[in-house]
Amino acid sequence: MMKYSPYEQKTENAILPKSLSMKQASAINIEGVTKVYSSGTEALKGVTLAIEQGEFFGLLGPNGAGKSTLISIASGLTLKTAGTVSIAGISIDEDPDKAKSFIGLVPQEFNFNIFEKVENIVVDQAGYYGIPRAEAKVRAEKVLTQLGLWEKRNDTAQALSGGMKRRLLIARALIHDPKILLLDEPTAGVDVELRRGMWDFLRELNANGTTIVLTTHYLEEVEILCRRVAIINKGEIIEEGGVKQLISKLNYVTLLLDTAEPVLDATMVVLRELKIIKTDEHTLELTLNPGETVNDAMRKISAAGIQISNIRNSGSRLEEVFINLIQK
Amino acid sequence: MKRSPILVGYYTMVRKDFVRIIRIWSQTLLPPVITTSLYFIIFGGFIGSQVQAIQGFSYMQFIIPGIVMMSIITSAYMNTVSTFYFSKWQRTLDEQLVSPMPMWTIIAGFVTGGLVRAGLVGILVVATSLFFTHLVIHNALIIFGAAFLTALLFALAGLVNGIFAKSFDAISIVPTFVLTPLTYLGGVFYSVNQLPPFFKSLSLFNPILYMVNAFRYGFLGITDVSIATCFTVMGGLTIFFFVLTLFLFIRGAGLKQ
Repeated sequence: MMKYSPYEQKTENAILPKSLSMKQASAINIEGVTKVYSSGTEALKGVTLAIEQGEFFGLLGPNGAGKSTLISIASGLTLKTAGTVSIAGISIDEDPDKAKSFIGLVPQEFNFNIFEKVENIVVDQAGYYGIPRAEAKVRAEKVLTQLGLWEKRNDTAQALSGGMKRRLLIARALIHDPKILLLDEPTAGVDVELRRGMWDFLRELNANGTTIVLTTHYLEEVEILCRRVAIINKGEIIEEGGVKQLISKLNYVTLLLDTAEPVLDATMVVLRELKIIKTDEHTLELTLNPGETVNDAMRKISAAGIQISNIRNSGSRLEEVFINLIQK
Repeated sequence: MKRSPILVGYYTMVRKDFVRIIRIWSQTLLPPVITTSLYFIIFGGFIGSQVQAIQGFSYMQFIIPGIVMMSIITSAYMNTVSTFYFSKWQRTLDEQLVSPMPMWTIIAGFVTGGLVRAGLVGILVVATSLFFTHLVIHNALIIFGAAFLTALLFALAGLVNGIFAKSFDAISIVPTFVLTPLTYLGGVFYSVNQLPPFFKSLSLFNPILYMVNAFRYGFLGITDVSIATCFTVMGGLTIFFFVLTLFLFIRGAGLKQ
């Protein structure tokens, strides 16, 4: 008698893994994972990481840090050298097929057949997850509509724009309704408007219970979307924690101040107790020292006779933390 | 009735390849028909008319099973090696590798694609041969068994080639330098009994000889080697390639970094 199926079915039609409802299991649990490629490159050096169910988790790191390798190992595309990985409590060594059924992967590269029709790419993927064709077509309509691709369903993938191709990768990854979505730089090369639309979509997905792990080069993305983040560099996790906690840890706040009048160099001398630089005639960049408040700084600036017309945040604050950490 | 999810995955792979084979019929189905027609005209017609009967059959009748088998071998092999290598090269193979389909199902999906194409080509080439001679069937079960095992064996062999291939050149080396010579020297156009003893003995090391002879026996009832040996060789090699392919897939050789 058949005891095991990697595709445990929750309802008659939906193919959803049951065991993710087990509350004690982390969505992804990685312990001491190393990866040495055949070229000798040591991509991961004993990474340990736990991502809980329902999290929106960010994985940050410079190019070649090991982010994609880690995601590939978790999704079954790359073999680890040592360590253990479990998905929803299922070891990828003991039951890889079952572990994979929980995951939807959005890779960095476009890895669909560019000569295939958009709808077929998504429907065929559903088939690989055991979803019958008739049901797959219904799901494809839903997911392609959500991602604004339904009108393009009969076009070949090569006819899509870069942003549409990225959305097609997401649609394909969501067709089996995965409990964990792994996104490897999903918004690379996507314009700002589209990126924000994608963020809204991912936030909604997360709010509906999908655990999301995101790697990205856009730190702003992590700051806006993720509650927790791990920073990986040269194959090692160098920092892990809540995004807000991480930012406050270094207590860095940098503000850009637009001035009503040009700032004289002589005035800057007066402000030497502050960590402030003049970036142009009408702009000052103020970095608050630990313990220093905006009020303190503004009082000194006002006393120097400078009229501030506007205050802006100096880009991503997480970026500063990130650069600071990887330069250590 | 609800279908098994594994069967759905397998069906999806086979359906996709079947649609592809039919869509690009001018590349997958037409070339073997044209090539074998030329063989029938030149070897069977022009030259064969001047060759004496072999074991009671005209030269045309004698070569037809071998030529059909040659098409089956090439189609099965080329289908899996090309679809698999293309999937690997374009990374569309990841679509299957990230899914919960067991490795043996993925292998079965690719191999069945090779079987389907080999089957279609085999039927078309047999149909084409009817324009040149009448069909003799000695044992349909042996015809089917030999064709199926041979197609399965070469579909698996094509998959192994695809797994190891690192460039498009690598997928044409084996067909050009191994498969074609072995096929031509495998008794397609002659009986090995006509060869000098040394070359006859040497031919016995060629596995294709057993496939061609079993297939020919199914049609004409004549063979140079025993049918039991033919099926033992075909069955043994098929099991060997299946185990090898499964081992390579599970190890991730050529598939996963």
